[in-house]
Amino acid sequence: MADTAALENSKKIQTLRTSPASLLWAAFEAGSVAGAVELREVPFLTMAGIRVDPGGDAGKRLGKRTGGLPAASGEVRSIGDTAALWLGPAEFLLVAPAESHDSLGGEIPRALTDALGDAEGQVVDLSANRTTLELSGPRARAVLEKGCALDLHPRVFTAGTALSTEIGGIPAILWKTAEETYRIFPRASFAEFLGRWLLDAMREFASTEVP
Amino acid sequence: MLLIPCPNCGPRDETEFHYGGQAHVPYPENPADLTDREWAEYLFYRDNTKGAFAERWQHSTGCRQWFNMLRDTVTYDIQAVYPMGQLRPATGTTAPTVTSPVSPEGAVK
Repeated sequence: MADTAALENSKKIQTLRTSPASLLWAAFEAGSVAGAVELREVPFLTMAGIRVDPGGDAGKRLGKRTGGLPAASGEVRSIGDTAALWLGPAEFLLVAPAESHDSLGGEIPRALTDALGDAEGQVVDLSANRTTLELSGPRARAVLEKGCALDLHPRVFTAGTALSTEIGGIPAILWKTAEETYRIFPRASFAEFLGRWLLDAMREFASTEVP
Repeated sequence: MLLIPCPNCGPRDETEFHYGGQAHVPYPENPADLTDREWAEYLFYRDNTKGAFAERWQHSTGCRQWFNMLRDTVTYDIQAVYPMGQLRPATGTTAPTVTSPVSPEGAVK
């Protein structure tokens, strides 16, 4: 990024952005139950949709950032904070921190577009397509199980797995980042609905358990 | 709720899938030569099989890939899942015969 003035201007504009679930931030804080289940939004993560044959040369070039592209359903490949999620046999979602976006001085998705070059495939900036809700705590699985038909038992759904599925009746990607932490990617227009749905599902854990 | 075995993602709920109708309906080789009746039959006429039925499905909230499935329309038993473009596999099993024909409302005919 040679044009520092443009970058400064772009950073200034970023401060005016509002994330899809920002109107629920106070509710997330009030609805979180420390030691049981907590919910927050991780706004503005950089995301890029990649469609490429993972076995080809272009696939290998695009996989460099994440240690290769994932090969099967559920697989996530990552290096540091940058991860590639499997969405389909030739479709992947690259997730990186907000600062990695080229409008903030990073190099995604520009570097990916360059890596693809003239080869068959596609790289699309999807940063504004989805938002990220982070659900964590020992009861996070119990909350998700109210509206997700996947087998979420840790024996089956291990940390470092991401699946595209339905949560609370809406399509979303569910990524288990740690043993008790889940990242949920709903589309921006579903963020408020899913946020409220999760808050409702979390409510019982705020009360003392009835034996 | 059907539990459909997606060839890419494994068994998932039916609500994650999109139904694509009867499989193996070839596009006419020379559509211009068809009479109106033949064209209408290609567009709108489909089998209404009682028993094993080959149909197309798409895993719309998962891997977004299309596949073919052989499903029994009486028992809902999924007999085979096979890729698009492949010929319909032979089925050893046929739909069990219903001894007393009963209408959907439950009245015996």
